[in-house]
Amino acid sequence: MNAPLLLDVQKVRQAFHKPDGDELLVLDGVDLTLRAGEIVGLLGRSGSGKSTLLRVIAGLANPTGGTVNYLGQSVAGPAAGIAMVFQSFALFPWLTVFENVQIGLEALRVPATEIRRRALAAIDLIGLDGFESAYPRELSGGMRQRVGFARALVVHPNILLMDEPFSALDVLTAETLRNDFLDLWTAGQLPIQGVLLVTHNIEEAVLMCDRLLLFCAQPGRIVSEIPIDLPKPRQPLDPRFRAIIDRVYVEMTTRPGTDARPEGRVERYAGAGIGAMLTHVSSNLLAGLLEAVSTAPYNGHADLPAISADLRMEADELFPVAEALQMLRFAELAGGDIRLTEAGEQFAKGDTDERKRLFSLHLLKYVPLAAYIRRVLDERASHTAPKTRFFDELEDHMAEDAAEETLRTIISWGRYAEAFAYDDQSQSFSLENPT
Amino acid sequence: MLIDRLPISVLKSRLVPDRWDVVAIALVFAVLVYLGEAAHGLGQPLAGLEATPISLDPWKLIGYSARSALRMLIAMIASLVFTFTYATLAAKSRRAEVLLVPLLDILQSVPILGFISVTVVFFLSLTPGRIAGAEFAAIFAIFTSQAWNMAFSFYQSLRSVPDELDEVARGFRLGAWMRFWRLEVPFAMPPLIWNMMMSMSGGWFFVVASEAISVGNTTLTLPGIGSYIALAIEQRNLVAIGWAIGAMFVVILIYDQLLFRPLIASADWFTLEQEAGLMPSRSWVLTMLRRSRVLRLLRRAFAALLHRASRWGQNLQRLQKRPRKLVVRKVTPAWFDPVWYGGILLLTLAAIWKIAVFVHAGVTGAEIGHVLLLGLATLARVIILIAIASIVWVPIGVAIGLRPSVTRIVQPIAQFLAAFPANLFFPVVVSGIVAWRLSPNIWLSPLMILGTQWYILFNVIVGASSLAPDLRNVAENLHIRGWLWWSRIALPAIFPFYLTGAITASGGSWNAAIVAELATWGKERLVATGLGAYIAEATTAGDARRTVLGIVVMSLFVVLLNRLFWRPLYAQAERRFRMA
Repeated sequence: MNAPLLLDVQKVRQAFHKPDGDELLVLDGVDLTLRAGEIVGLLGRSGSGKSTLLRVIAGLANPTGGTVNYLGQSVAGPAAGIAMVFQSFALFPWLTVFENVQIGLEALRVPATEIRRRALAAIDLIGLDGFESAYPRELSGGMRQRVGFARALVVHPNILLMDEPFSALDVLTAETLRNDFLDLWTAGQLPIQGVLLVTHNIEEAVLMCDRLLLFCAQPGRIVSEIPIDLPKPRQPLDPRFRAIIDRVYVEMTTRPGTDARPEGRVERYAGAGIGAMLTHVSSNLLAGLLEAVSTAPYNGHADLPAISADLRMEADELFPVAEALQMLRFAELAGGDIRLTEAGEQFAKGDTDERKRLFSLHLLKYVPLAAYIRRVLDERASHTAPKTRFFDELEDHMAEDAAEETLRTIISWGRYAEAFAYDDQSQSFSLENPT
Repeated sequence: MLIDRLPISVLKSRLVPDRWDVVAIALVFAVLVYLGEAAHGLGQPLAGLEATPISLDPWKLIGYSARSALRMLIAMIASLVFTFTYATLAAKSRRAEVLLVPLLDILQSVPILGFISVTVVFFLSLTPGRIAGAEFAAIFAIFTSQAWNMAFSFYQSLRSVPDELDEVARGFRLGAWMRFWRLEVPFAMPPLIWNMMMSMSGGWFFVVASEAISVGNTTLTLPGIGSYIALAIEQRNLVAIGWAIGAMFVVILIYDQLLFRPLIASADWFTLEQEAGLMPSRSWVLTMLRRSRVLRLLRRAFAALLHRASRWGQNLQRLQKRPRKLVVRKVTPAWFDPVWYGGILLLTLAAIWKIAVFVHAGVTGAEIGHVLLLGLATLARVIILIAIASIVWVPIGVAIGLRPSVTRIVQPIAQFLAAFPANLFFPVVVSGIVAWRLSPNIWLSPLMILGTQWYILFNVIVGASSLAPDLRNVAENLHIRGWLWWSRIALPAIFPFYLTGAITASGGSWNAAIVAELATWGKERLVATGLGAYIAEATTAGDARRTVLGIVVMSLFVVLLNRLFWRPLYAQAERRFRMA
């Protein structure tokens, strides 16, 4: 660890101002360092602020507090030696591959001949030869992301920031690109010194990174650090590799302060009140996971990495479902495992009516927002309430789009449970279900 | 092959012309000569207009249509310049935005035709005794029919640049100039092209209407198709009107082929995914532009120039302020905001006071009431006409849209008809009304929707042709037919599209009312009771107060109709009929 320090992030805090003047905390007290020769992974659920942190480091967003030092200089605005690769590729559709790669150099006022030479070199390095004159729309996803890489590398950045660079690609293409990148990196052919990788794919993180930083949400902060000192190239079937994956799952199902005790988790949700953000998970997914865990070979108790592979669901798809089940007390998460509760078993074995009855019971009992909406509707003489009434209240606790998603979730769950009805035309909740 | 499309490779291309080059060169130079001829005469004194009066000789129409086409082109260029500046200012400055955006909305609702006589006086005073003043007034009228929706579309695009592209631009530290030309303009291009098309379609109407302008007792007739037709009306010459319609047909056809189609086809270039557009994206002109080597050279030279310009601007910017502070917003003193918004408030109050005093000086309260009633009469016409046009065109449009082979033929025709200035047909209808002694109150009304009904038709066609094949299969599979099919499948599916067409048609009809409710045929004057006729009469009488009153009331009606009727309906349609 005596390689030169590239990046030093200290106590970064990011808050957004809401219209009513309150603050919404997205990042809180984040410390992070990146040394030359390192790939550091930021792993966490969507909405945990990883991408925000990446944008703070890139100088695209100003942190509310804390410092970002790049090579000893404070970052205020986009820095010359930091380049970024985007999940959505972010190519200019109206520029050719060649022009897309050149644009960063043009902004730097590099002489035209030099631009051409370096762009061709980057295109050559990244395996885009022959595609120079193509427009992005003519390319497959994999080729588009190669352009994204070439465009970032052509400015010879010291630090490469990667924001889920492979998650918009199919599995096979992602693997090819990942391997190509790692080969170039290990061979020292890339003009970069350090990499920060944001991902939600646990296997990808363990495959690529020298250190992993685990994020937790609301507000986003780093909860643990996992060093990975396996030699590269790594083999996913290697038992040591699997052991690290298991460890990541364990860490991700154990929250700070909960100590894996059931009471701790109860407290976490009960304390959250109506302001807890809900991630939209359809009732079909909930039922599907309950069924999968309840039947053989799991019989009510499954190892998360195993069931993730079995169901072909990535960690970031699986976790919201599992956590929703935990919130509804249909399952418990601990030590990288998911275990069905008695009610969960009952749900999995029940018919539609039984499932709806159980779901309604648990929804109104354990999800404070659902209980709250129901209570308001019961109390009102008209038994209706406009959506805005709850939306405004939620906005005190979370950002606008989070409030929107939370309401969407509660509407869909409420409809499934037949706990209350919602009419999109009038944007209002009611107790009337067409019968 | 390797770097085929790069500006750098311009010098490496072959210089031998091919057959496309011959066509291209001939066309390009012909257009240049044609426009050059038309431009000649701008500097002539006004007296020259009277010295060479408009003639009904069909051969003269060639020159006249060139003049009309040139006015259109200049107005379009002016609209683009306006778009790039006004919309950019509105999108980049919060302070400007609060004023500029609502202003656009109102400007869009103001009936331009009532305006012309006012602007003529202004422009004539700018260039005393020269034709240029009258020309500017005409061009300004066309400009006002085109610019607003273009500016609004550009503003909306600037506000919705995707986050990642914005981040790339900031991450690579593109300067404002380079960012504008490399990111913002290309991103805004597809909707802007679509709006330019709509603008030009609407513009021909105003080209025709703005060439023969009467201010009080004097009538200015600029050489053009509009003046030709005005003279034909005066002389009750139906044959000449036929010639004018023919000439207009050719002009629009040329515009359509040389400008519209290539523009639409090139809009694809700016998008990542090729979506099924509203328009066929094939164009022989674009094919020619792409295949012809000489033009390709020119195009590349132009691209290289633009490229250089964007870099040059970038360099210049860097020289000026360096080191640049990024992200940090420009800090303005605390007193600025109150002063700015206070200033706007004072200006608004002053404007309202000015209008009130101006109108009140010569108009009684009873007259204002009367004008409001006239507005209701015109409103009734608009509603009834839209309803009739809908009943006629919705079933036809659906029938056409469901048959791809018919759609391919009919769709361009419908678009063409929408672009064709309906006021050219007015004399034909009016002469009929005069001949058979029909009631102007009823029979002048259809003129209002003559030109705008096509928007309903072609939007319905688009809606029906984009109905998912699976939905149609389901309907067949479940044997859904007759009224059930219409009420549950066809009508809901086309509803948002229909609304778009109906809103456009309704807006256009208000404007058309000014020329439709008051018509002349030789010495005969036909007047329908309505706000349009009121404005037209006030304009010809040179009565500025009544003109302003009429315009204000009509704008009020249009804005209220948009806000209270169309907007909620449209919002509901958008919410209800989308899947995701």
